[in-house]
Amino acid sequence: MSKFGKGEKRGMPALNTSSLPDLIFTILFFFMITTSMREVTLMVEFEVPKGTELEKMTKKSLISYIYVGPPTKQLRPKMGSNSQIQLNDKFATLAEVQDYVYQERENMKEADKPFMKVSLKVDKDTRMGIVTDIKQELRKSWALNINYSATSRN
Amino acid sequence: MGKKKREVPELNSSSTADISFILLIFFLVTTSMDTDKGLARRLPPPPEDHQEMDETKVKERNVLQVRINAMDETMIQIPGKKEPTYITDLSEIRTIAKEFIDNPNNSANLPDKVAREIKLFGTVYITEKHVISLQSDRGTSYSKYFEVQNELVAAYNELRDELAREKFHKPFVECNEDENLAIREYYPLKISEAEPRNYAKR
Repeated sequence: MSKFGKGEKRGMPALNTSSLPDLIFTILFFFMITTSMREVTLMVEFEVPKGTELEKMTKKSLISYIYVGPPTKQLRPKMGSNSQIQLNDKFATLAEVQDYVYQERENMKEADKPFMKVSLKVDKDTRMGIVTDIKQELRKSWALNINYSATSRN
Repeated sequence: MGKKKREVPELNSSSTADISFILLIFFLVTTSMDTDKGLARRLPPPPEDHQEMDETKVKERNVLQVRINAMDETMIQIPGKKEPTYITDLSEIRTIAKEFIDNPNNSANLPDKVAREIKLFGTVYITEKHVISLQSDRGTSYSKYFEVQNELVAAYNELRDELAREKFHKPFVECNEDENLAIREYYPLKISEAEPRNYAKR
């Protein structure tokens, strides 16, 4: 007993935290790599419809987005509240859709070009007229793989 | 100068954790890992002059017409029936579409079955030529259109799932690539997004 009882008062040894930064850095790098910051500022408001039979979209580099919906509150006095098309960072007209597709395709790797996909993020209260118009434009520009973006129900 | 060798003072690294924590929290907040989901579709290639001719060649029994008007009312023209069916409950679409796609009783009014050689199944009779034509008005709301699309896809998925359970004794989602391909060939997804029409103007 006396062998252990000697010495100073016992205390908790300090936890060695020298590896804590390394740990945190590892997590940090994980998030740095997986993160993808929104590239465009949204100028339209949209709530995508809900569905049950959805498929996941893989490979973000293949996807171009087209947003359709009423302009955000700040822009309404100027733009009105009718559904508008947004491509990249600005409002666009129907005629600009084709240019947009060509441009997006131009920015892709040669091998990826045939697999280009267009994701339509359309507000659920939009009328079909504008959507069918966009679809016709997409057909003309040979962007045939489309995706009606949605969130899963329940 | 006869003193001891001077030691380099150790760098105090206790705050590194704090710094990296701040960075970590920043990326945690800005990250968006949600993958984009949706209904994938393939549009037909741009129309050419002779395209119009081809569409009339499809036999009447092979076409299921689904129409949504500007009031969001849905109507289905089932081949072989004179009167169109008006849909009040969207789940009816699924039932009708399933019967149409599968044609289980080999009815003369529903799509004709063609013998096809499919890997894993051998020779089977499938309704290869069927087309579901979905027509919407310019005034139709997108949400209605999407729900109808969703029901149609659901019909295909249910049929595929039933087939997978029957042949491979497991749900469709668990099938491997070959099985998946075979089933897709058995029930090819054929929803045609017809040219838009403006009923209001006619």
